Amino acid sequence: MHIVVCIKQVPDTKNVRIDPDTHTLVRQGVESIINPFDLFAVEAGLQLKDKLGAAVTAVTMGPPQAGDALRDTLSLGVDDAVLLSDRAFAGSDTWATATTLSAAIRKIGDVDMVICGKQAVDGDTAQVGPEMAALLDFPYATFVKSMEKLDERHFKVTRQTDEGVEVWKLPLPMLITVIKEMGEPRVPSLRHKMRAKKAEIPVWGAADLGLDPNSVGLCGSFTQVVRVFSPPRRTNRIQLSGTVQEQAEQLYRHLKQVKVPGI
Amino acid sequence: MDYFLTEEQVMIQELAGQIAREKIRPVRAQLDEQEEFPWEIMKICAQADLFGLYIPEEYGGLGGGILENCLAIEKIAEACIGIATSFAASGLGAYPILLFGSEALKRAYLPDIASGKRLAAFGLTESGAGSDVSGIQTTAVRDGDHFILNGAKQWITNGGEAEIYSVLAITDRSKGPRGASFFVVEKGDPGFSFGKKEKKLGIRASATRELVFQDCRIPKERLIGREGTGFIVAMKTFDKSRPGIGALGVGLSQGALDISVEYARKRMQFGKPIISFQAIQHKLADMAIKTEAARALIYAAARYMDTDPPDSSKVAAMCKVFAGDAALFAATEAVQILGGYGYMQDYPVEKMMRDAKILQIYEGTNEIQRNIIGQELNKEYSRQKESFF
Repeated sequence: MHIVVCIKQVPDTKNVRIDPDTHTLVRQGVESIINPFDLFAVEAGLQLKDKLGAAVTAVTMGPPQAGDALRDTLSLGVDDAVLLSDRAFAGSDTWATATTLSAAIRKIGDVDMVICGKQAVDGDTAQVGPEMAALLDFPYATFVKSMEKLDERHFKVTRQTDEGVEVWKLPLPMLITVIKEMGEPRVPSLRHKMRAKKAEIPVWGAADLGLDPNSVGLCGSFTQVVRVFSPPRRTNRIQLSGTVQEQAEQLYRHLKQVKVPGI
Repeated sequence: MDYFLTEEQVMIQELAGQIAREKIRPVRAQLDEQEEFPWEIMKICAQADLFGLYIPEEYGGLGGGILENCLAIEKIAEACIGIATSFAASGLGAYPILLFGSEALKRAYLPDIASGKRLAAFGLTESGAGSDVSGIQTTAVRDGDHFILNGAKQWITNGGEAEIYSVLAITDRSKGPRGASFFVVEKGDPGFSFGKKEKKLGIRASATRELVFQDCRIPKERLIGREGTGFIVAMKTFDKSRPGIGALGVGLSQGALDISVEYARKRMQFGKPIISFQAIQHKLADMAIKTEAARALIYAAARYMDTDPPDSSKVAAMCKVFAGDAALFAATEAVQILGGYGYMQDYPVEKMMRDAKILQIYEGTNEIQRNIIGQELNKEYSRQKESFF
């Protein structure tokens, strides 16, 4: 069984600052970490490695320094890593990212399962996973909190949604995005750390993936960021208190005061 | 200070430090309060490959030495020496097998100890034999292809939790110091049981129990080394393990210093952070001096001991005494610097003070260590031809 875990390097969530003029993240001097949700994806892959002897490959798209994030996954026990890096990939939106990642998965070839974190903490879109599934024509499930092998070709996955829990049976090859209930990320092991230090991580560009440079990066993106702004702070909040009846009366008076139609 | 560690040694520090920060700090108070054995942390240390640092690669270890082991122990000890003691005690139990065991014993036990699959423990102390090892009463009598053990070991670290025990017993009382031998006893061997878990002042996450042998029958191949070499095995084991006890002290001192400086920089009295007062600065300076001096001694000694020198006992004893005393000093000063907060269980330094005391007691009291150093000095100088006057 071969599992690919997709990860993303993001600014350390503990020290995020927004530039008040450009409204973009201040990335200078901010340490990069692996997207915390992707660490649950790595853990999910490694649990299958422990249980079923699966091989786990980590893939990321990013600048050359994203290789450090891949090396960190090797320290945790991931078998192989591939870095997708090319100037042509710059400015990718979620679709162009999914295009690039899914091309890499096709190139790897024998992939039975793709695992992603539920979303990245910088963009928060939660789109890349499902888009990859569409491009690969894999069945997929999002917000997976646990999974279990049913037979050689099927897995039972449990999704956590706002409404409740859903249990699905999915055939391989499949894609899942996972949440923290999947299991606390393990610490590295010394042997893996030593191997990771020496490991040579292959770098694939658009040409290696057989991708037209116009279909990736900024050119291949359907969406473009026109403007970024911090939402204005809502300061006109009123906290109601008292019994339910008192609160209802306060609410009624307030709605009347601001002349809500029909009241 | 840069101790010019190798890349691999730095990795050991980083990894053990990460475990201490992320996994141990959040649970240490709870494990201490509930006297709960840190199985979860032991599993993490196992998965991180830390149990096999000093074990040769051919037995599943990483092929390092005392220094590598000390680096890991120190980092874990920065967060909790109750947990670090449980970790280090497995090494203490393994050393007799590693140093003197037959090839078959090494193959049978070291890979599991190195992987952390099974914990080891060391059984020497008895109710009547601590500092005076010659008071040992536990006996092992040969019976065909077996030895039969009778007696009880007291205050055994990892007792009941470990599965592999290196145990000292008298095989021939008439031979005096040459009449004792070490054996491997496994949890589950017939006639081997455990007494109650002891309640302790500190290192309460570690488990301390009595080992009870009632006609405990073990195969004769479980004898470690030759019959009658028990005291030598014990002394050589302590030579290897005592720098590790020193490393526990260095870690605890550093942990106490870290908290003290952070607190002193924040705590405001008379309109200033208390670190601006000389009384506090001098305390912190003394803590830092002793911590760094202990670390320098342990690292230098550990490197030296990895060359199997002839004067191991003296150097090993120095490590244990100096770092143990430094740790109790640093922990006590930390409590003083934090004042009322330091005395409260909501803050981690009162635990450090309770924990630190054991470092002057177990694995040979610091008084016994000074005896060893004094006796070794006497021996060394008896060989001196030159006068220094």
